[in-house]
Amino acid sequence: MPIEVGGKSLETDEEGYLANLSEWSEEAATALAEAEGIDMSTNHWEVVNFLREYYEEYQIAPAVRVLTKAIGKKLGKDKGNSKYLYELFPYGPAKQACKIAGLPKPTGCV
Amino acid sequence: MSVTKKLMYINRRAPYGTIYAWESLEVVLIGAAFEQDVSMAFIDDGIYQLLKGQDTNDIGMKNFSPTYSALGDFEVTQIFVEKESLEARGLALDDLMHLTYEDEDEDYAEKDSIKVVSSSELADIMEQQDVLYNF
Amino acid sequence: MATLHTVNKSPTDRNTLEACLRLAKGGSSVLMIEDGVYGALKGTQKSGIVEDAMKDIKFYVLGGDLKARGIEENKLIDGVNVVDYAGFVNLATENDRVQSWL
Repeated sequence: MPIEVGGKSLETDEEGYLANLSEWSEEAATALAEAEGIDMSTNHWEVVNFLREYYEEYQIAPAVRVLTKAIGKKLGKDKGNSKYLYELFPYGPAKQACKIAGLPKPTGCV
Repeated sequence: MSVTKKLMYINRRAPYGTIYAWESLEVVLIGAAFEQDVSMAFIDDGIYQLLKGQDTNDIGMKNFSPTYSALGDFEVTQIFVEKESLEARGLALDDLMHLTYEDEDEDYAEKDSIKVVSSSELADIMEQQDVLYNF
Repeated sequence: MATLHTVNKSPTDRNTLEACLRLAKGGSSVLMIEDGVYGALKGTQKSGIVEDAMKDIKFYVLGGDLKARGIEENKLIDGVNVVDYAGFVNLATENDRVQSWL
């Protein structure tokens, strides 16, 4: 089902992932998050931006184990654990945060 | 709990012309997410997957060569390149991407993932595996 | 009367290039595309078959496919010409027929 962002209609797949990576914007992220019942905070943005940078560099989304470790390294040990990430993204950090970041569903995702 | 198995993925096709290289890489990443002991071997035309400087803009395909650099994050730290296959193509280690991983046991020291091995050494390494997948 | 032959398989994976060169007549052109571009690399086990055929066959390679695979032009056998898609079309029209070796 397409989502409406700023008067534009963005195509998504049956699971709600953006069909077109290049159509992502912060506005789109906020709309995607809303659909997931998430109110984007600074902490949410930190993870979403990290995922976008990771994808830009490696052309894949990290698996949750990789995400947790990498976040810990970049943002500090108190954030590099699954409890923290699941609090932000209750339906699975990799899956939900990737969707909000406009990335494809992660390979071997949780 | 499950027992960790030694899995090796053997790559012997060039990228882009067929889907084998990308499919293999995806399966490797999935396998790695399940905390198995995963290694990769590149032989024959599989060597070409690791060439540096790939740029697919003109052919309209996804350039997945940067993904090999993420293997270290996924704890795939053993990447074997067969010396004979490299030499048969007039190539040297220098022509390949520099793939590394961080060794947790040594204070995250950066180490090279790629090891150039002879056919007979690779044959021995293959004999130590529990499961082998060919792509 | 000339023929353009295209080859899209790597010579170290299949014998497509060898079959093409066995049957291509003098005056033909051979264009390497997709995984066929590995046939234009110098210093490989198969470079010799291209070098030997060069005295009466012209060799071309598609630039976009080279770039995709990270092959720099200085790695090519001397005398192999790099063409773009427009060059591919020109070759196809300059020749009487195109034979696509798969």
